[in-house]
Amino acid sequence: MKKNAATIFELGKTGRGAMAQRVPSGGTPANIPESQLRKVQPALPEVSELQVVRHYTNLSAKNFSIDNQFYPLGSCTMKYNPRGAHGAASLPGFLGRHPLAPEAVSQGFLACLYDLQEILKDVTGMQGVSLTPMAGAQGEFIGVAMIRAYHEARGDLERNEILVPNAAHGTNPATAVMCGYKVAEVGLDASGDVDTEALKAAVGPQTAGLMMTNPSTCGVFERRIREISGVVHDAGGLLYYDGANLNAILGKVKPSDMGFDVLHMNLHKTFATPHGGGGPGAGPVGVGERLLPYLPVPMVGERDGVYRWMTEKDLPQSIGRLSCFMGNAGILLRALAYALMLGREGMHRVGEYATLNANYLASRLEKAGFELAYPDRRATHEFVLTFSKQAKSMGVTAMDFAKRLLDYGIHAPTTYFPMLIAECFLIEPTETETLEELDAFVSALAAIQREAQSDPERLLSAPHDLPVRRLDDVKAARELDLVWRAR
Amino acid sequence: MPFIPHTPDDVQVMLAEIGAESIEDLFDEIPGELRVNELDGVPEGVSEMEMLGLMSARAAADVAGVCFIGAGCYDHHIPAAVWDLTARGEFMTAYTPYQAEASQGTLQLIYEYQSMMAALTGMDVSNASVYDGASGLGEAALMAMRANKKIKSRTILIAETVHPFYRETAQNIARHQGVEFKTIPVAANGLVDMSALDEVGEVTAVVVQQPNFFGLLEDVDAMTDWAGERGAFLIAVVNPLSLALLKPPGSWGSEGADIVCGDGQPLGIPMASGGPSFGFLCCRDKLVRQMPGRIIGRTEDLEGQPGFTLTLQAREQHIRRGKATSNICTNQGLLVTAATIHMSLMGACGLKQVAERCVAQTHKLVTALVSIPGVEERFCGPFFHERVLNLPRNSETVVSMLLEHGILGGLPLGEHYPGMEDALLVCATEKRTAGEIEHYRSALQMCLES
Repeated sequence: MKKNAATIFELGKTGRGAMAQRVPSGGTPANIPESQLRKVQPALPEVSELQVVRHYTNLSAKNFSIDNQFYPLGSCTMKYNPRGAHGAASLPGFLGRHPLAPEAVSQGFLACLYDLQEILKDVTGMQGVSLTPMAGAQGEFIGVAMIRAYHEARGDLERNEILVPNAAHGTNPATAVMCGYKVAEVGLDASGDVDTEALKAAVGPQTAGLMMTNPSTCGVFERRIREISGVVHDAGGLLYYDGANLNAILGKVKPSDMGFDVLHMNLHKTFATPHGGGGPGAGPVGVGERLLPYLPVPMVGERDGVYRWMTEKDLPQSIGRLSCFMGNAGILLRALAYALMLGREGMHRVGEYATLNANYLASRLEKAGFELAYPDRRATHEFVLTFSKQAKSMGVTAMDFAKRLLDYGIHAPTTYFPMLIAECFLIEPTETETLEELDAFVSALAAIQREAQSDPERLLSAPHDLPVRRLDDVKAARELDLVWRAR
Repeated sequence: MPFIPHTPDDVQVMLAEIGAESIEDLFDEIPGELRVNELDGVPEGVSEMEMLGLMSARAAADVAGVCFIGAGCYDHHIPAAVWDLTARGEFMTAYTPYQAEASQGTLQLIYEYQSMMAALTGMDVSNASVYDGASGLGEAALMAMRANKKIKSRTILIAETVHPFYRETAQNIARHQGVEFKTIPVAANGLVDMSALDEVGEVTAVVVQQPNFFGLLEDVDAMTDWAGERGAFLIAVVNPLSLALLKPPGSWGSEGADIVCGDGQPLGIPMASGGPSFGFLCCRDKLVRQMPGRIIGRTEDLEGQPGFTLTLQAREQHIRRGKATSNICTNQGLLVTAATIHMSLMGACGLKQVAERCVAQTHKLVTALVSIPGVEERFCGPFFHERVLNLPRNSETVVSMLLEHGILGGLPLGEHYPGMEDALLVCATEKRTAGEIEHYRSALQMCLES
């Protein structure tokens, strides 16, 4: 691969440009006073169209992606993103629709949103779904804001604390704080389940709710979930389901049956919409009966085959609007397209084959000499491997294994998460990978393990075959260089 | 099984390896009473062809005609290369660039994006983007709260001329942290009522939108200086395309704005029902540690070659958890990809020409429409590419009638500004032709005469 890291700015020359993109100007507007006009042009690139196409095509080649590589990133569900779903959302009628177009000329789009609301309600067992959240973290924010609105509407104002298991995603405590709550963490027992005795000691009149994923970030199903929800409910709190790991149980278990009152789903995970190099996502929220009045707007309603927007007029207790228009509408259309192709049978199989792949991989890795963090548990759609022994005996860390995997053309699993397990990988193969791909992953890790014994330096200085060698994060933070300037 | 590759033989091999009889056995840790196998609300699966048939019919039903609506989302031309490149699987199906060495494409692109946004806004730094412009304003408000240590009040002044949905969203995001928003009313001329500022006490920040929701140009220099003199931050909400033509927030007043946000949709993002788009967030150097979201920095690898990586991560939720600057965990990476390519193709000259043509076309539109008896401009000040017209009757009714003529006539303002039931916010981008403008004029005349 090319080592060249010249920026687009350095390719430019004064007076050059993509001239096919120039429109006849209307001239300097006579009505705008001189004092409001820009004096110095912004320093944007001055490059030809071919230079732009070549530069960004070459940059794209410096990325790992699902389309190019196996990408077993735990808790991220990097499954195949169907081209058909992309095609559906890219239909001219959808791309060209203005968000404020009247309902009379929006029936197609509204019907799609309504159908998706209904499908997500059924999959989760919830009573109502709002599609507006633009990411999982925004779904969490909205969910906790609804919990707060619920307590406030009841005059139950002493509840100022949200409980989270200490293995939770970082967004959970960050969300609770954004919603004005304190955070209390609850530990796990040795088998990876929540320590219910610690939970019982932690709940009280201050408990607004508990946020958790199930399966947990430890890659195991929380077996005592009904007991946990009972404890929290008895204390007057509500249960929030972080849907990050919904792929594991899609069509097999409904969060409502586990006792959850509110949840978000990550459509960019479970419903196969592309991650886009870090967004856009979509994090619709679902609620049980108690929280129905508080759902964020807009939502879509239907009567006699006519669809319409539901706003604060329909939902006066709504927590309101959290995006300018209708969230990440294009992602919602992709998720619907995917759901339509899966159908009800396909939904069950997602969880089943994701679980089959993860258990197969866990079993093969264990037999190849790697250490599972929870060897006595069933893997769910993902599982945790720990490199503590390698770190101690050979001085190579999980990070070194991860960087070396990149040289083998495999994206590294999630590293050092969950934080409570030392030197760990969180591995999620997803249901769309073949047996051969899983076997190749085992072979690669086994080969790296042999290198760690014979030539540890090979790992410590990895990667070797990528566009850059290992990067200096400390320098990046100490000598901030965040924007290009002519040097 | 549309996307599952397993053959029956594969399944047997895998179960044998695991030591399980059936796939169902793999769920044996889940209590029986929780297991369901019914999804009655989900239709039966269909092929891609059938799915596309349904979706195409629905998409076709929404092709409504020529768009004269703006109000935060604009019908601009997007160069063909923008989405041709953006839709490459290497960009579209990559994850967050946590493994920097395997993500140099995305990382360098975001560094270039940050550089372009800083240049456009006249600010020192930009983050890697947030969800959209409205939620970006909420983040900007919280950022001002954290950063402005001089002011003890938790009040933010927000102009009534800021997009109503931005105001609503920002309040819904920030209110849980005790932030109070006070509205500065709109004056009869459609601008911020500067006289109302005299009665305001101590405030942490002032929010002003340029061009404002009515398309008018606010006296941003005076607003910025007013804020600066009182130790309040100036938060600017701007249309990025307008900045190729208008004075950038970094140059407002004597000191410039402190935080700049807005929606990136005009930079190569299709309207697509308003999303996904992206919100940009730029600020002064000294505020960068209070910035939410991802930031990319340039650094070196162990051979001294330049490379790019996520930096200042100690602000973020995956490291700091409850002490993070925000719970945000993604940016809008793919949309930033499109915008970066768009800005590269357009350059400063190209964007300026588009901005100028938008102004010119909107002038032509306004001139054409006010030639109809009873149609008038509501405000008289200078404007960018949107204008409020007073109609001789309820504007919502007129907009419905215009649909019959294939015209999306604009946004009726009555719902957002009580007392403006006859007012209509119209917009003409560079795409609107003389023929389309004349069609709108004749259609409107017919509707008003009927």
